Amino acid sequence: MEVVQSHRKSSSNNVTVSTLPLYRSAPPLEVRLEDFELFAMDRLRVLKGISDGLGRGKKPEEMEKLVADLWKANMRHPQANEEANKDIISHFVLRLVYCRTEELRKWFLSMETTLFRYRFRFESSEAQRALMSEFKLPYKAVSNAEFESVKDKLGQVARSMGQTLASDAIFYKVPFEEVPELVAGRRVFICKGHAYVAMNQVVSLVVTQFRSYLSKALILTNRKWTSTVREQEKDRLAPIVEALCTSYLGPDYSQPNEAGEISVKDIDHIAKTSFPLCMRHLFEKVREDHHLKHGGRMQLGLFLKGVGLKLDDALAFWKAEFAPKVSAERFDKEYAYNIRHNYGREGKRTDYTPYSCQKIISSTPGVGDHHGCPYRHFSEENLRAALVRMGVSSRAVEDVMDKVRNRHYQLACTLTFEAVHGSSCDAGINHPNQYFIDSQRILQPKNGSVA
Amino acid sequence: MTKEEAENGRDDMAIDGAEQANAIPDGFNANYLRIYYGKLFPHADMFKWMSYGNDGKHPACDKSYFGRREFSFTLENDIYIRFQSFNSVIELENSIKEKCPFKIDIGPVYSVDPAKRHAYAGDNVFTPVERELVFDIDITDYDDVRYCCTGADVCLECWPLMTIAIKVIDAALRDDFGFNHILWVYSGRRGVHCWVCDGKARRLTNEQRAAIADYFRVYKGNENSHKKISLPGPVLHPFLARSYTEVLKGFFEAKLLPNQSLLSSEDRYEKILEMIPDASVASELRGRWQENKRASMSKDDINLVRWDQLKSVLQSGKQKTQGIRRCVEEIVFSFTYPRLDMEVSKHMNHLLKAPFCVHPKTGRVCVPIDPNNCDEFDPTTVPTLSQLVEELNREGLRQDTENEWDRTSLGDSIKFFRTTFLQPLLKSCKEDIESSYNTKLQQSKNTLSW
Repeated sequence: MEVVQSHRKSSSNNVTVSTLPLYRSAPPLEVRLEDFELFAMDRLRVLKGISDGLGRGKKPEEMEKLVADLWKANMRHPQANEEANKDIISHFVLRLVYCRTEELRKWFLSMETTLFRYRFRFESSEAQRALMSEFKLPYKAVSNAEFESVKDKLGQVARSMGQTLASDAIFYKVPFEEVPELVAGRRVFICKGHAYVAMNQVVSLVVTQFRSYLSKALILTNRKWTSTVREQEKDRLAPIVEALCTSYLGPDYSQPNEAGEISVKDIDHIAKTSFPLCMRHLFEKVREDHHLKHGGRMQLGLFLKGVGLKLDDALAFWKAEFAPKVSAERFDKEYAYNIRHNYGREGKRTDYTPYSCQKIISSTPGVGDHHGCPYRHFSEENLRAALVRMGVSSRAVEDVMDKVRNRHYQLACTLTFEAVHGSSCDAGINHPNQYFIDSQRILQPKNGSVA
Repeated sequence: MTKEEAENGRDDMAIDGAEQANAIPDGFNANYLRIYYGKLFPHADMFKWMSYGNDGKHPACDKSYFGRREFSFTLENDIYIRFQSFNSVIELENSIKEKCPFKIDIGPVYSVDPAKRHAYAGDNVFTPVERELVFDIDITDYDDVRYCCTGADVCLECWPLMTIAIKVIDAALRDDFGFNHILWVYSGRRGVHCWVCDGKARRLTNEQRAAIADYFRVYKGNENSHKKISLPGPVLHPFLARSYTEVLKGFFEAKLLPNQSLLSSEDRYEKILEMIPDASVASELRGRWQENKRASMSKDDINLVRWDQLKSVLQSGKQKTQGIRRCVEEIVFSFTYPRLDMEVSKHMNHLLKAPFCVHPKTGRVCVPIDPNNCDEFDPTTVPTLSQLVEELNREGLRQDTENEWDRTSLGDSIKFFRTTFLQPLLKSCKEDIESSYNTKLQQSKNTLSW
C-alpha cells in the first residue's frame, strides 16, 4: 500500500498548515440559504463581542481571552473543514452586509482586523512565518553584520518598553510606512526610513497587510453589490443582507425623536440633571469661557443635536454663549458655517451623527481642549472633584475611580449614572445620548416632555 | 534713509525731495499686495514646485497633475474661496494677480480636477491622492512656559523655542524617516511650517501621517489632566534621547532657564516643583529655596544654581524610584520639546498657507528658514510688505522687469528657496519619473515575452 504525502488541508490533522484563512477570494462552495444567514449571525456575535470589549477598554491579554472565548462559543465545529468553511462563508456574507456605507465599512474593517490580529497571535511561529510569506512581504531578516551595527539602538528601544534584547533576536527591516502602529508608539528603531521590527512585532506587519487588503476588497464588493448583485438578489439575498445589518447596529441617535425636542431655555436644567459628565464639563466650560475649541464644539454640538436641539436654536445658543468674546458678525462668519455643516446643511450635506463613547474615549484632547472622556482624560483629582459636584456619594466615587484605574471608562460612567439617578443601568453606557435618554426616562416616565 | 530720518528731516540733506516721497507708510493693504504679486511673488517657482517635474517633456509626465491641486484664496473681505485649480503657470499667476488674495492656501492633489468634483458622485472618486507631509508649530501653544510674551507676540527671548523645534523635527525627518526634500517656512507671525516633499511623503496615507505625528508626540493632556509629559520606561527611545542630549538639554540650561527666570521666584519654581512626583523631594527643595530668597553668595545666576541643586537631589544615587530620576528629563521636555498641531499633519485634505504669502497682521513675508542655520533666523527682521514696496520704489524705474525680487530684501530668500530646495527636488523628481517609466517599460516587455 502506498502512502501518499498530501499537502492539502486535511480534516484529521492540521499540524503544519495554518488554519487562518486570508479571505483572498470567495470560495466556490455551495451554501444553503439558512446557513447563509446563520453563519453570518454567529460571526456577527463574535464581532459585536469584540466591539464591546474594545469599547470597555480591555487590555490586550483580556482581549486575547475574549476572542478565544467568542470564537469557541460561536464558530466551532467538530469537523475541521466544516469549521473552515463556516469561517470563510460567514466572512464573505458579512462583507456584503457591511460594504454598503463608509461607517459600516469602517466598523467591519476594524473588527475583522482585530479578530485577525488575535487569531494570528495564537498561531505557532512556523504558521506565522508561513502566513507572512503568503502575504508576499518582501522583507528579509536583518543580517548578523547589520544587527551588530544597530544592536545598541535596538537594545535602547527594547529597554524603553521594559523589555530586553536577546543576543539571538531576529529582526526584520521594513519601510516605516508598513508598520504605522509601531512607529506611532515609538516601539521600533527607525533609521533612514527603515524600521527594525522584532519577530514578536511581526503581527503588526501582517495585520496592516490584512487590513489594507480587506479595505480595498470592501470597496470593490460595494461597487459590485450596487451595480449588479443587489438587483439580481432582491428577492433572495438582499432582504437577508439588509436585515442583518440593522439588527445588530445599535441606534446611532442621528434622528432625535420628535417628542424629545428641546429648546435653548431647557438646556441649563437638563445639563444639570441628565447630561453625562463629558457633556456637563463641556457645557460648563462654554458658560465659563464663552468659547470652546473645535473638538469641544463638535462633541457637544452633535450631542445637543441628538438630544433634539434644532438648527436655529443651536445657532442661537452658540451665538449667545460666545457673545462676550465673539461679535455677532464674526460668529456668523467663523462659526455658523460649521454648525450648519453639522446639521447637514452645507458642503457634503452629511448629517453627522453624535459621537459614541468609543469615539470620544479614543480622541486626543490637547492644550486648551475640553472634549474627550473625563474618565480617561482627567487627572484623578479633577475627576473626583467633578464627580462630587455631580452629587455622587463618596463611596460611589471610590467605585468609579476603581473602574477608571482599570481603564473601564464606560463602566465608570455607568456607575456614575446609577449613583446620580439611584437606579441601576443594566445595559451599560456606550453613547452619551443614550445616557441622556435613559436619564430622562427615569426622571420623567409618564409624559413625553422634557424633565 | 529710513522713514524716521525722513520725518525728522536731516540737516545735511543733500538728497532731493523725491527721497521723502518714497518713504512708504507701514501697513498691509491691497495696493501694496498688488505690487507684491505683480513683481515679487515667485509664481513660476511655485508652479515648478507644485508640478514636481510633471511640467516637463518626458512622455511619463502627467499633464493633469498640476491642474488637480487645490488652492484656496482668502480675499479682502474675508471671503474665502476653495477648490481653486489652474492648468498652467499663466492661469495661476493671472488669477493671483487679478484676485489679489490676502492669503493663499495649498491643499492636496486630488484624483480629479477639483473644479470638476461635482461631476463625480459616490465614495472615493473625488479624493486626495498626494499631499506633502506638513507640520505646523505655533508659539501660542507654548504660552504656559514662556513669561516674556503671550498670545500672538514673539520676541527674541522666546523665538528660540521655535528654533529648537526645527532642529529636533528636522533631524528626525532626515535621519529617522529618511526624507530629503524638506522646506521650513516662517508663518509670518508666531510660528513655523514644515513641508516634506519627497514622493514617498506625498503619497502617505492619513493613517501613516498620524503615525508620524504620534511618533513625535510627547504631550498628552491639557488643563483637565495635570501631568503633560510622560516618559515611561527605564530608558528613552533613541529619538528622544538624541533630541535631549543634542538639542533640548543644552538649550534649556544655557538659554531658557536664565532668560525666562524659571526658578527665581516662588510662583515660577512652584510650577517646576509640581512636576516632581515625590512630595518629600519637592518640599526639601522648596524649603531650601524659601530660605535663600536673597541673592546667594555666588555670582552665578540663581536659576542655574537652583537647577543644579534640583538635579543633584533628583539624580542622586539615593533615589530609588525611576520616576524620580526621569523627572529631570521630563522637566526639560515639558518646557522645550516641540509642540505640534496634530490635526494639521494627520489629514491629507488639510489646507496650509503657501510660502511667500504676506501675513495680513504683521505684513511680514512667509520666508523659508534654513534649518542648518536656524539659530541665526530673526523673525523681527523678516522683510515686510511695505519695506519691499519701498525698496522697489527706491530702485527707481528700471526697464527690465526680470527678477525684480533680486533687488530687494526678498532676493536672498528666493535664491535660498531655489538652490537648497527647489532645484534638488526637481532633479530628484525628474529621476523618479524617468526611472519609474523605465521600470514599467521593462515590466511590459517581460509580460510580452514567451
